[in-house]
Amino acid sequence: MTSTTTFEKHRESAQTRSSVALTINGQRHELTLDNRTTLLDALREHLNLTGSKKGCDHGQCGACTVFIDGQRVNACLTLAVMHQDDEITTIEGVGGVEHLDPMQQAFIDHDAFQCGYCTPGQICSAKATLEEIRAGIPSHVTKELTGPIELSDEEIRERMSGNLCRCGAYANILEAIRQVAKERA
Amino acid sequence: MKAFSFERAIDAAQAAKRAFEMPGSKFIAGGTNLLDLMKHEIEVPPHLIDVTHIGLDEITATDDGGLRIGALVSNTALGADERIRRDYPVLSRALFAGASSQLRNKASTGGNLLQRTRCPYFFDPKMPCNKREPGAGCAALDEGADTRQLGVIGTSDHCIATHPSDMAVALRVLDAEVETIDPEGRTRRLTLDEFYLLPDDTPEVENALSPGEIITAVVLPAPVGGTQRYFKVRDRASYAFALVSVALIEQENGEGRVALGGVAPRPWRRDDADAELANGATAVMAKLLDGARPTPDNAYKLVLAERTLAALLAKE
Ligand SMILES: Cc1cc2nc3c(=O)[nH]c(=O)nc-3n(C[C@H](O)[C@H](O)[C@H](O)COP(=O)(O)OP(=O)(O)OC[C@H]3O[C@@H](n4cnc5c(N)ncnc54)[C@H](O)[C@@H]3O)c2cc1C
Ligand code: SF4
Ligand code: FES
Ligand code: FES
Repeated sequence: MTSTTTFEKHRESAQTRSSVALTINGQRHELTLDNRTTLLDALREHLNLTGSKKGCDHGQCGACTVFIDGQRVNACLTLAVMHQDDEITTIEGVGGVEHLDPMQQAFIDHDAFQCGYCTPGQICSAKATLEEIRAGIPSHVTKELTGPIELSDEEIRERMSGNLCRCGAYANILEAIRQVAKERA
Repeated sequence: MKAFSFERAIDAAQAAKRAFEMPGSKFIAGGTNLLDLMKHEIEVPPHLIDVTHIGLDEITATDDGGLRIGALVSNTALGADERIRRDYPVLSRALFAGASSQLRNKASTGGNLLQRTRCPYFFDPKMPCNKREPGAGCAALDEGADTRQLGVIGTSDHCIATHPSDMAVALRVLDAEVETIDPEGRTRRLTLDEFYLLPDDTPEVENALSPGEIITAVVLPAPVGGTQRYFKVRDRASYAFALVSVALIEQENGEGRVALGGVAPRPWRRDDADAELANGATAVMAKLLDGARPTPDNAYKLVLAERTLAALLAKE
């Protein structure tokens, strides 16, 4: 028997679904999912949390950016079943119409979007960008690895490079982030 | 994506044993390369072993003054570690030159080493590729193929793909070693030249790992000092793979080490090229790229590598 047919036999007979409890925006959800379900599909297709967007599904655009245990990640490139007991925060948990996060308000103030598709991911990344600078995590453009990190446009641009915007709202996104950075300073 | 069964491993030894018992199974760490390839059905494992709960997520001091980096340490945590920033800056630089913040937060040290090539034909199931399907042929060697991103040295008549990792180039220049444990519980350490295999006539075999063997750590020798730099040339300023990258450690007396990324199936370094460093970039590349077999589309990499090194050597 070739290994390929052994694999196919295994797929037919093995358990290919799993139970997982996901904690999303502070709420616990018990789910039984096909093991293939990405965190992004679990959010959008199973929990009706459609704020996180699917742009490329391959880690190339950042539209699916969410926080896992406080760190931004691409929800399209991780399996839901791997996140039992992790704290997941999506754009819905960042803020909503009744209680806008300052970064959401800044995006509105600066027209930092056109179609809005990339926006939830941009806002999550924008918040993470300021956090990561504050935490002293260097980037590709940081001049001195062991020195303080300047909150420059160049730093913000580099740290936002994992989020693409087809509408090209980049200049206004930068303005929005600068506003929040200034409010905090 | 093809269906698969799933389990969470509790430690490295158990993960290795389980992988051996389940032929075709794969470890999953950050998942940022494996899931990408599974979505394309380039990887079709019937079983996944989640190794994100086996520990190995710390960087600890070794007896001889170096550092042991656990296989599950994330690329962000590694690049931002104070000891790495201070004593091994070429490694921090290489890590921050790769991927995006989101990806680096998930990507692990072991997974980064084992990420697969970005050859466009490897990613296209309609095209023949010896790496994906041994014996099928290599679309990159066909007349008119797009080889701009592919390898110029260490390649073979069966595969001309490059290894895409930035981190591995810095690890090579630092003489890091890969530590593993196999299903029998035996541990060993391999240099990167022992770990990464050249394609020859088996491009599908990319490393020396035996079935089930798992990476537990990467070990850095004691710091070597010097001025350390990583320069990556790519098609856009950020969030793109290297066309050519140069990792350089230069000592006060003009001695040093050079490794190249983006040109070969593994990070590329030669002792006899290092020995030429005091004589300048042309002398180094004459040795380092001796025996290169570029295509008309990627011969520019030879020039680019030399000029990149020259620019770095000219920097104060
Ligand atoms: C859009 C995009 C851009 C990128 N740009 C860059 C770039 O510019 N530079 C760069 O260097 N990289 C880049 N990457 C690649 C990225 O660095 C890798 O995907 C990542 O490092 C892989 O780590 P992981 O933990 O997610 O691996 P996984 O996807 O979990 O695993 C990868 C492989 O390693 C195996 N594996 C994992 N851990 C172990 C272990 N401990 N022992 C044995 N086997 C193991 C898995 O079985 C699998 O075969 C990019 C990726 C994407 C998606
Ligand atoms: S160069 Fe290697 S990876 Fe690319 S198509 Fe040829 S065999 Fe496949
Ligand atoms: S949808 Fe996840 S990065 Fe594009
Ligand atoms: S606002 Fe349309 S993609 Fe960014």
